[in-house]
Amino acid sequence: MPEEITKLIHKYLRHDKKFPHVWCPGCGNGIVLGSMIRAIDRLGLNKDDVVLVSGIGCSGRMPVYVDFNTLHTTHGRALTFATGVKLAKPSLQVIVVMGDGDATAIGGNHLIHAARRNLNLTAIIINNQIYGMTGGQFSPTSPYGSFAATAPFGHVEHAFSIAELVQTAGAAFVARGTVYHALMLDTLIEKGIRKRGFSVVEVMSNCHVQFGRRNKMADPVTMMKWLKDSAVPVEKARKMTPDALEGKFTIGILADVTKPIYTQEYQKIRDGSQEK
Amino acid sequence: MAAGCRFFAGYPITPASEISEILSSRLPRIGGTFLQMEDEIASLGAVIGASLAGTKSMTATSGPGFSLMQENLGFACIAEVPCVIVNVMRGGPSTGLPTNTAQGDVLQARWGTHGDHPIIVLAVSTTLDCFKITVEAFNLSEKFRTPVIILSDETVAHTREAITLPAVEDLAVTDRIAPNMPPEWYIPYQDSASGIPPMASIGDGYRHHVTGLVHDVRGFPTQLPHEIDSFIRRLHRKITQGFHEIQMTRPCCLEDAEVAVIAYGSVARSAHRAVKDARRQGVKAGLLELITLFPFPRQTVEELLGRCRAVLVPEMNMGQISREVKRVNQGRTRIEKYNRVDGNLITPDEICKCLVGM
Repeated sequence: MPEEITKLIHKYLRHDKKFPHVWCPGCGNGIVLGSMIRAIDRLGLNKDDVVLVSGIGCSGRMPVYVDFNTLHTTHGRALTFATGVKLAKPSLQVIVVMGDGDATAIGGNHLIHAARRNLNLTAIIINNQIYGMTGGQFSPTSPYGSFAATAPFGHVEHAFSIAELVQTAGAAFVARGTVYHALMLDTLIEKGIRKRGFSVVEVMSNCHVQFGRRNKMADPVTMMKWLKDSAVPVEKARKMTPDALEGKFTIGILADVTKPIYTQEYQKIRDGSQEK
Repeated sequence: MAAGCRFFAGYPITPASEISEILSSRLPRIGGTFLQMEDEIASLGAVIGASLAGTKSMTATSGPGFSLMQENLGFACIAEVPCVIVNVMRGGPSTGLPTNTAQGDVLQARWGTHGDHPIIVLAVSTTLDCFKITVEAFNLSEKFRTPVIILSDETVAHTREAITLPAVEDLAVTDRIAPNMPPEWYIPYQDSASGIPPMASIGDGYRHHVTGLVHDVRGFPTQLPHEIDSFIRRLHRKITQGFHEIQMTRPCCLEDAEVAVIAYGSVARSAHRAVKDARRQGVKAGLLELITLFPFPRQTVEELLGRCRAVLVPEMNMGQISREVKRVNQGRTRIEKYNRVDGNLITPDEICKCLVGM
């Protein structure tokens, strides 16, 4: 079984690109990449039809390793480039991978507007609660009271909850998974890609090097345990009190609604304006 | 649209909104796409994305929006993505004078994005220019795989005049060169004599990596000094080698001119009239209108400076192109500036008075 999975992943990796990758040992990004590849394989998508777009940061390096059409854009702007690609060629399967800083700080405006606009895009947001690549500065998802390179006395801001944020902004499909629950993540990403409309899969991940080290979780195993203990399935969470949910997050499908997608709506405008 | 543009993304801003408004109605009728984005950063991002997927794309903005676009403009330079950016100049800095004319963004257009990059900047002075030079901008952009900036100004943008558009079939339209080799042989950033690699569109079977990082010929990030050096030098070389095609100027009454005006944009239009008025008063005046501002049309300007007694550079800024003219001049002749920064157009009378006094 593990050999088969390795073989499957290798089918989608770029072998002309010099490995090793840039990620630290134990990083969750590789698990997300593996999940995404398995989801794409399950969906039977043609490599030529898949576009993987990223922004800047550790997550931004993901596209370079995989054999799809890949686009590594500017910080926070991945969704805007993806919007252009998708509108120019709606038949392409455009997947955008971002980090928490990328998607919700510098790219926060683009994120909420992409959710509102409802193009048929899939956004995978890897949330490790920190800026990893730049050396561990706090991000919009760093918890209150946590420590970061720029919060040496403890963080005094409050964190965004990404999945709830995009749900409110109008995303058609919203799910949250973790890199601990890898098999579940395969399914969530698969469903996200399958969804017609703007879909977001938030992935709670570990940055033991930059986040964990400063917050008493300095190794991947401790962080994995933390992910395991903090994740509560949405169905279970509905029966729990807010107090019991304190410090935890929900996993599973948070929203799945049907609404008109932008490309279809715009085609109506094209068809309607021809006669004039 | 005559140049083949089928995608526009923009954000409302005075005095460039008319371009958005018209395209929102015209583009869908011919199967194109108009998109209003959440800001100018997003607008240029979408334009680049659409261009990478094979659609000729543009955006239009004014000063504050143009400032926001600078980061993605650099991406279009480094990833060699054809696109056209119109900046209808208004008074600045900052919010400045939204409804007044100015030419303050000339050097920003050249140097606005960070890093050592070449770029093409064109200026328009008439309503017909807005049509013809935009077609030219798309052609240069496609041919050289570079963003092209069109500098207009509030005066040009809000001028209404009757013009006869050239027949679309008479227009020369250039398209980017697509790879003709099988995908497994395609090297996306391979150097050649022209320095312009063929461009595969996303989704055409030529899977490759596009990045804003300095990359090797395969498009993958590199930190090897020799790969970085040859990449940056190729970016510059492809534009340098194309100077003769890129440089556009419009001479008027220069054959026997003793004093000359070098102008661009709406000021060139005033200068046109001023030269005629000065000639009526017995001054042998001429005008060199610059259409290409960058790369600066050095040879044409040099030749003019070599044979004129004095040259006047009127601008609606404190002297941005006059700086370039002086750089080329190297003491050949006398250069005079005439600057107006009060939000109003320089009039033919003002230029004529200067010419008579020279």
